[in-house]
Amino acid sequence: MSLALGSPAPDFALPGVDGATHALADYADAKALVLVQFCNHCPYVLAWEDRLAAIAVDYAGRGVRVVAVSSNDAEAYPEDSFEKMQEHAERKRFPFDYLYDASQELARALGSERTPEVFVFDQERILRYHGAIDDNRDQRSVRTQYLRDALGAVIRAGSPPVPESEPVGCSVKYRALA
Amino acid sequence: MRIELYFWAGCPSYPEAEAVLRTVLDAEEIEAEIESIEVRTQEEADALGFIGSPTIRIDGRDVDEDGAARGRPSLTCRIYTTEEGAVSPVPTRAQLERALCLAGAAR
Repeated sequence: MSLALGSPAPDFALPGVDGATHALADYADAKALVLVQFCNHCPYVLAWEDRLAAIAVDYAGRGVRVVAVSSNDAEAYPEDSFEKMQEHAERKRFPFDYLYDASQELARALGSERTPEVFVFDQERILRYHGAIDDNRDQRSVRTQYLRDALGAVIRAGSPPVPESEPVGCSVKYRALA
Repeated sequence: MRIELYFWAGCPSYPEAEAVLRTVLDAEEIEAEIESIEVRTQEEADALGFIGSPTIRIDGRDVDEDGAARGRPSLTCRIYTTEEGAVSPVPTRAQLERALCLAGAAR
């Protein structure tokens, strides 16, 4: 079950593809923090990643930070290894941090089920939006910009018009718990 | 003609793939059954040469042979590339039409 709206952001300190460790506290100045369950190998992520990058750029000047997190089991899915994440991020020149959650603790704390799956936290780091980036993997058919609409509201300390939507994508590749 | 749609339930794209396939079959006025086959384990993926969901074969031939040649058996969502170069989790109508044509079925 995914994190409930109104819940505080789970703490984390994870390695990024830039070689640095990124912690929740590092984003303390952001008016909104967007955590995105992400990965390399999923066609749904690949279909949405350019739109996510555009959102990160468009909202950077308004105090929004976007952080993508891959938690997939890289033994079973080698395309999602940290090295492959670094390669992919460099090739795509992501304008957002891309972190590796090897223990899967953050994914489990978020209750993530899909890639991509979005969690928007407000300035107090309370979850205000959860779900999809928009309503169609085919950009030409998008009607509702869930994430943009949510960010527009959250940075004005308002409520997202649609606080929750159904994320569509690949399953998060969890390892079985011992 | 034998049309097989192999899918893994962990990927949500197979209903859309089946819908696109049915649309193409209807448009081409081809009466054929679609045999849906669920792949549940890595062992089954290995045995079937299943490189991701959905995989569609017409008379045993993958509708995206180039993509099939690049993949390795895995329980994952399969990546297709559209004619415009975009990534898609399902084959395009044009890919399916070409595959049916190669099978001698499409007009």
